[in-house]
Amino acid sequence: MLEGVTKTYGTREVLRVDRLSLTGGQVHGVMGPSGAGKSTLLRLLNMLETPTAGRILYRGRDVNRHRPRLELQRRMATVFQKPVLFDGTVYDNVAYGLRVRGVRGPEIRKKVTDTLRAVGLEQLEKERVRTLSGGEAQRVALARALVLEPDVLLLDEPTSNLDPQNVALFEELIRSASSRRGTTVILVTHNVFQARRLADTVVFVHEGRVVEDGPAAGVFRSPRDERTKAFIHGEMIY
Amino acid sequence: MVQAFVLVVNRDPAMMQIIWLSLQVSGLAILLAALGGIPLGTWLGMRPAHRVRWPALIIYTFMGLPPVLVGLLVYLLISSQGPFGVLDLLFTPAAMVIAQTMLALPIVAGLTMTAVRGKDREIRDTAVSLGANGRQVALTVIREARVAIVGAVVAGLGRALAEVGAVMMVGGNIEGQTRVMTTAIVLETRRGNFEMAIGLGMVLLALAFLINALLYRLQGVTQD
Amino acid sequence: MKTGWGKTGYLVLAVLLVLALAAGCGGTGKEHRAGEIRLATTTSTYDSGLLDAIIPVFEERHGYRVSVISVGTGAALEIGKRGDCDVLLVHSREQELELVRQGYFVDRHDVMYNDFVLVGPPADPAGIAGGRDVVAAFRQIAEAGAVFISRGDDSGTHRAELAIWRQTGIEPHGAWYRSVGQGMGDTLRIAGEMQGYTLADRGTWVAMKDRLDLKIVLEGDPVLFNQYGVMAVNPEKHPRINHQGAAALIDFMISGEGQELIARFERGGERLFVPNAHPVRQGKW
Repeated sequence: MLEGVTKTYGTREVLRVDRLSLTGGQVHGVMGPSGAGKSTLLRLLNMLETPTAGRILYRGRDVNRHRPRLELQRRMATVFQKPVLFDGTVYDNVAYGLRVRGVRGPEIRKKVTDTLRAVGLEQLEKERVRTLSGGEAQRVALARALVLEPDVLLLDEPTSNLDPQNVALFEELIRSASSRRGTTVILVTHNVFQARRLADTVVFVHEGRVVEDGPAAGVFRSPRDERTKAFIHGEMIY
Repeated sequence: MVQAFVLVVNRDPAMMQIIWLSLQVSGLAILLAALGGIPLGTWLGMRPAHRVRWPALIIYTFMGLPPVLVGLLVYLLISSQGPFGVLDLLFTPAAMVIAQTMLALPIVAGLTMTAVRGKDREIRDTAVSLGANGRQVALTVIREARVAIVGAVVAGLGRALAEVGAVMMVGGNIEGQTRVMTTAIVLETRRGNFEMAIGLGMVLLALAFLINALLYRLQGVTQD
Repeated sequence: MKTGWGKTGYLVLAVLLVLALAAGCGGTGKEHRAGEIRLATTTSTYDSGLLDAIIPVFEERHGYRVSVISVGTGAALEIGKRGDCDVLLVHSREQELELVRQGYFVDRHDVMYNDFVLVGPPADPAGIAGGRDVVAAFRQIAEAGAVFISRGDDSGTHRAELAIWRQTGIEPHGAWYRSVGQGMGDTLRIAGEMQGYTLADRGTWVAMKDRLDLKIVLEGDPVLFNQYGVMAVNPEKHPRINHQGAAALIDFMISGEGQELIARFERGGERLFVPNAHPVRQGKW
């Protein structure tokens, strides 16, 4: 739930959200052309940045007043558009989040192995990450987030650099995280078809404003806003 | 040249002691400089550049500080008239360590800062988003920038090992107590024993080569 | 090799720690130094090897350990004034006496003298060789516009040089007069390279003459004599110094034995210092 949130860089206001509610346990697609403020919205939600004004509420509490902040941050995990992997092996990367949480060794091993199997990378466990292909690297980044079993999973155009096969795998993993664990997924994408396939609700962002939001089926069938309509029909290309 | 080298190696235990003291003083100085400089550089590097403009500028300036000036400053501080005079540090190896630390620390901190700044943003975002706390984020950033940080330490050690002005000033080049390779080179040159000076210079070079080879290996290992 | 970072890293860390501990135990654990005497002196006495001929004898006789800090005269006096050494052996008689008057130092004695020599290129473009009057020789150099290399570092030698220029009434400057701001050895080297004249202390000259394309063009003028004095830091100003040791070293240097050691010290077959703590013993060049 966002209330009157604005984010300003210098004198430039990049995002203004008067009110936006994202229900737990659903997949929310955040759409809009490049530069619309989607990524900024994501960085506010995962607490990498704090709003210039306004409040972001998680289960009724202001996230930026929540102490300890870390405890809340650890309920979320993010996959960025460009996977930044830490120097080391695939295993090390997937284990990272568990290690910083102080999870015990045997438990880490089990979870990492399970997750790697789920993303189809079990045979690359001991590989150094710099030997990986782009698709493999992005799968490591996803595994690194999924292994944490987060309450909220934030994805910033995670499939934009992937081949169709990997895209399908990603979508399946996202869907299962949502349906099996009840994870809230916030998926930033400019791919209309992906949003249609995955999203329960859709938020459409344009020039720093939320111009439309609501159940995916409704928005896609009969968009109220002209800009949303243009985007959905492929007339507004990023 | 070879003769000069043999001259040094064969010379006597006194020479070994000089070499050993050089290693101790510069080794300890670089250890302290790394312990202080890496965290400082990391901290500065992780801050927005415009917020740390002044500290950064000061560090960059100190990177080019003439050793003699540092020597003079340390001398005035630890002289019996100075604020730390009661510690009786003047003309001891400890004084030399202090001076060399002051010379090496800005280099380690400055180069670490630059290295971290290059990596910081995306590494930090990723680490934070995976639940790392402040300390863990910093350690991750250091780990990712370690090749450049090792380079920073090598550069700092080079400065510590090679400088002469500061250790001459605060150590006094006392035979058997505070004479290190560089001050011995100065002395032998002044005395006209050029072969000896060259020989010592070659030992210094050989040592620098060995140390760098070791650290280079360290870098190489982490890169493949 | 994949875990090489860890292993090699720890190895390096371990080595550094050992170094640190060794340095900590070996070098810095200094109690207040009852058995140590700190002597600040000029490079000329130390670099020539004179002190190596005297100090060990003294150390053996009196059970002290002497730490020699050899710097320029100016720096030695400053170190003494601040109480960072116990005793000084320097050559700047007027200044020494003045500082004794001001209460910085006590117990000053003449110890010995050496002399300066005027050296120049074998071709001797100013035509000095054979003369006995250094003031006249300086005048000739200036008039001929021959290259002259000055220490320019405010050392005792530099001051002696400036005193001679004052006597000539000539203000030395111009392309021929080059102030290099270096020690004696370096200044001699530069003089050799540039084929210029320079004023040098005999000790450094003797040590380096074989590798220099220079020769003595004038020596023996009493103006060139260079008196060395020994004095102790005033213990009333600096109670923490080792005054007892300083007094013992001074006594030794002006004793018959100390003076004898100075007289016997030679380098390259030449006697470098003439003891004169007791006027009767004053030697001749």
